[in-house]
Amino acid sequence: MSATAVIQCRGLLKDYVTDAGALHVLKGIDLTVMPGEFVAIMGPSGSGKSTLMNILGCLDVPSGGQYLLAGADVGSLGEPALARLRNQTIGFVFQGFNLLGRATLEDNVALPLVYARVGTAERRARARAVLAKVGLGDYPRSFPNKISGGQQQRVAIARALVTSPALVLADEPTGNLDSHTSMEIMQLFAALNRDGMTVVVVTHEPDVAACASRLVQLRDGLVHYDGPVPEQFRKAS
Amino acid sequence: MILAMLREAFAAMVANRMRAALTMLGMVIGVAAVILMLAIGRGVEDSVSKSIASMGSNLFIVLSGSAAQGGLRMGSGNAPTLTLDDATAINELPGVVADAPTLPGGAQVVYGSANWGTQVNGTIPDYLEVSSWAVASGAIFDDSDVRGATRVAMLGQTVADNLFGGEDPVGRTIRIKNAPFVVVGVMSRRGQSLDGRDQDDTVLVPVTTAQRKLFGAQFQGTVRFITVKAESEAAMPRVEDEINALLRERHRVRDGADADFTVRNLAAIAATAAQATRMMALLLGAIASISLVVGGIGIMNIMLVSVTERTREIGIRMAIGAARSHILWQFLLESIVLSLVGCLIGVGLGVAGAYVVSHTTEITTIVSVGSVALGFSVAAAIGVFFGFYPARKASLLQPIEALRFQ
Repeated sequence: MSATAVIQCRGLLKDYVTDAGALHVLKGIDLTVMPGEFVAIMGPSGSGKSTLMNILGCLDVPSGGQYLLAGADVGSLGEPALARLRNQTIGFVFQGFNLLGRATLEDNVALPLVYARVGTAERRARARAVLAKVGLGDYPRSFPNKISGGQQQRVAIARALVTSPALVLADEPTGNLDSHTSMEIMQLFAALNRDGMTVVVVTHEPDVAACASRLVQLRDGLVHYDGPVPEQFRKAS
Repeated sequence: MILAMLREAFAAMVANRMRAALTMLGMVIGVAAVILMLAIGRGVEDSVSKSIASMGSNLFIVLSGSAAQGGLRMGSGNAPTLTLDDATAINELPGVVADAPTLPGGAQVVYGSANWGTQVNGTIPDYLEVSSWAVASGAIFDDSDVRGATRVAMLGQTVADNLFGGEDPVGRTIRIKNAPFVVVGVMSRRGQSLDGRDQDDTVLVPVTTAQRKLFGAQFQGTVRFITVKAESEAAMPRVEDEINALLRERHRVRDGADADFTVRNLAAIAATAAQATRMMALLLGAIASISLVVGGIGIMNIMLVSVTERTREIGIRMAIGAARSHILWQFLLESIVLSLVGCLIGVGLGVAGAYVVSHTTEITTIVSVGSVALGFSVAAAIGVFFGFYPARKASLLQPIEALRFQ
């Protein structure tokens, strides 16, 4: 393939040191995600899917193995460069939305641009444009506690998109939402993916995973299945 | 960037109004105390230097009578050893601007039905120049009055007030020791001397009049002391030596024998007084600045609480791209904003307090630009110094650890 992989992991390891000895959470993950893919990562509790997600999002560092993000070897980068990657290359969406309660929706969305040293006027324009794209263009001056969970997650997605990253990572983005709202959020991700965005979603719900085009299943810290989303997932929804 | 962070720092402060106010209180009290104490110190210093200046600058006092004469030790000024001729001779020394021989004595002064006990100084017109004293109305008697020993008098303000009330004393006749004197002038008000004496409670008459008609000097032509004004501070040691040499020669004091006069340098006395007040001002400032440090520790305390409380927020910020330096600056700016706003209020309170002290007590206060600038820079320094540790603690958090924090 000619294009550079967005994500390329080889033999990714992650150990936690506990009082009861070392805990091996990731035991050698190999994963390649190409630009424009929509990948769902599934697995039972403790299979290491959230840990993998945190490493992919440069929030955590692996104990071993190699991780290339858009061609850059993450393991060799210092903290300022990692901060730049989190800011420019990755958009991260959390299960619990993680918006700043004191800031308006617009300011929440614009926050990554503050760290990217974008000017005030351009920050506002870009934040409003992205808010409009996720369907919340009408209330830029509202506050997170004044809107619903589904709307908060849309704001969080807008924040992830505002720096035009190469990759959007979502860790259980529908975990705190009802099934109807969940489907709306997943359709938003699907729409982004149709526009060319690379999306990786961690979930444990088959009908959420069914929105993706590729399924990666983890079990006990290893990739157990990697291929198209099985047909029975779509029937479940 | 800085602007956006400053706005956030203010927003954080507004979000925790009560806590921010209490934290700032430490700063407010500290800065207000420093400014008030420095203002009081400066005020005292200023009033001391004013009374030193009112005394006249570059002055010597030559007192008659040495500390010891034979077996009998007498106080200075008791022996009639200084004469008007001595004063004339001193006046001709190079480096001497003017001198004034003075014969003081106590007397009851009467005008109409009013009377007042005061100090009457027999002297010469140069007295006013030597003591840098201005005339308020009329004029001082002249040299012909001294030569003729005429009965004329120059009044200090206190005497004028007590004898004449609001009336103009010039041209009126008062009685000193029952002898009539024509008032020729009134001197301007000078206020207290260094030792708290009222300098305006005095009457000047020609020295010859005092000698012959008021106090009857034991020996013709003697005076109690001579005040000498040197041309500059630098010339004072030389002038002192010259006065000593001249008077020893005139009084035929043998080498090695005790002189029958004493030369006192008033500048040295004034310098000691000025230094004492400066030390007091410094001490006041030092005590006040301790409260600034305590205020700074209060800020550090609150910032540490704030960092712990907002660990999750720090994690979120890091997850969306905040570098460690961004987090460091965010919290540092917050503590600087806290201390500067506190400082601003403190400056206001300190200046207001100084004003109140000036207007309700006898202490005059002087708020200098320097003390306000000092308060500000110390507050900023405290904001940085005590804000740095919590800010650094925040910036060193691991993103994933911070995000997991509940």
